[in-house]
Amino acid sequence: MSEKTHDGHTELTDNELRVRALESLLTERGLVDADALNELIDTYETKIGPRNGFKVVARAWTDPEFKKRLLEDGNAALAEMGYEGRQGETMVVLENTPKIHNMVVCTLCSCYPWPVLGLPPAWYKSFPYRSRAVIDPRGVLKEFGVEIGDDVDIRVWDSTSETRFIVLPERPAGTEDMTEEELVEIVNRNSLIGTALVEAPSAIGDQS
Amino acid sequence: MNGVHDMGGMHGMGPIVLEENEPVFHAEWERRIFALSRAMGFQDRWNIDMARYARERIPPHIYMASSYYERFLLSLETLLVEGEYFTQEEIDERVAKLAKEEA
Repeated sequence: MSEKTHDGHTELTDNELRVRALESLLTERGLVDADALNELIDTYETKIGPRNGFKVVARAWTDPEFKKRLLEDGNAALAEMGYEGRQGETMVVLENTPKIHNMVVCTLCSCYPWPVLGLPPAWYKSFPYRSRAVIDPRGVLKEFGVEIGDDVDIRVWDSTSETRFIVLPERPAGTEDMTEEELVEIVNRNSLIGTALVEAPSAIGDQS
Repeated sequence: MNGVHDMGGMHGMGPIVLEENEPVFHAEWERRIFALSRAMGFQDRWNIDMARYARERIPPHIYMASSYYERFLLSLETLLVEGEYFTQEEIDERVAKLAKEEA
């Protein structure tokens, strides 16, 4: 970020300078151009985001045949909805049940299911989450305000550049009468990573 | 490759910091380095394993002190030099030139 000095002059940070240097060198060689770069940025800022994942979850909750396909072959089922591409090479969908809670990490860096969730949040890429999710998942979940009963197994899945995971959260009680479109609105991003649950609308209201 | 990036099970990294309504990027240069890295990935001069290897060779003391997109920047420089697009000197000269223009 630019920092204003006391005389009002804008000083570029080292990062800004180095990135600008690379962009100017690559542009001169014709290897990149500003329009294409802007389009890439726009895609990940406004088009590919967690809402894709919300739609997948809502469909799986309301269409048993789709859910079966999703759990058997994540890539094929997601491609039906148009979600494929980079950083989604092999997608594995993990179903939460009353006895099993799944949670996803990338201990090595930041691998994440881009086509359904967009780019990962900072906490997912952070050293504390990467280091601790695999040795103290219950403690990590508590930091997210999630308490998982002792009778529930927690399974932690470590992503790689070849295989990425998404969690299919449990459909909350009290949502039996909701339509697929209404269910899309109650899913949250972290529930697809396994660091949140999905609450019925009345429960969401109670918390606020 | 075993190294500081292989963080699973390490102790002492502190609490997880959560940010409400987090933006996709936190600064313009993060947008640019993300897009430059993606765009150059499409050139197929390197694959994802080479990109990971570039990141895993960041010296540990620098890795630990850098932000996520700073590591993007460091690895893209490595990949551009090793992919023989530019020499490190060419990159450093351009940085110096831009710094001089800004001063």
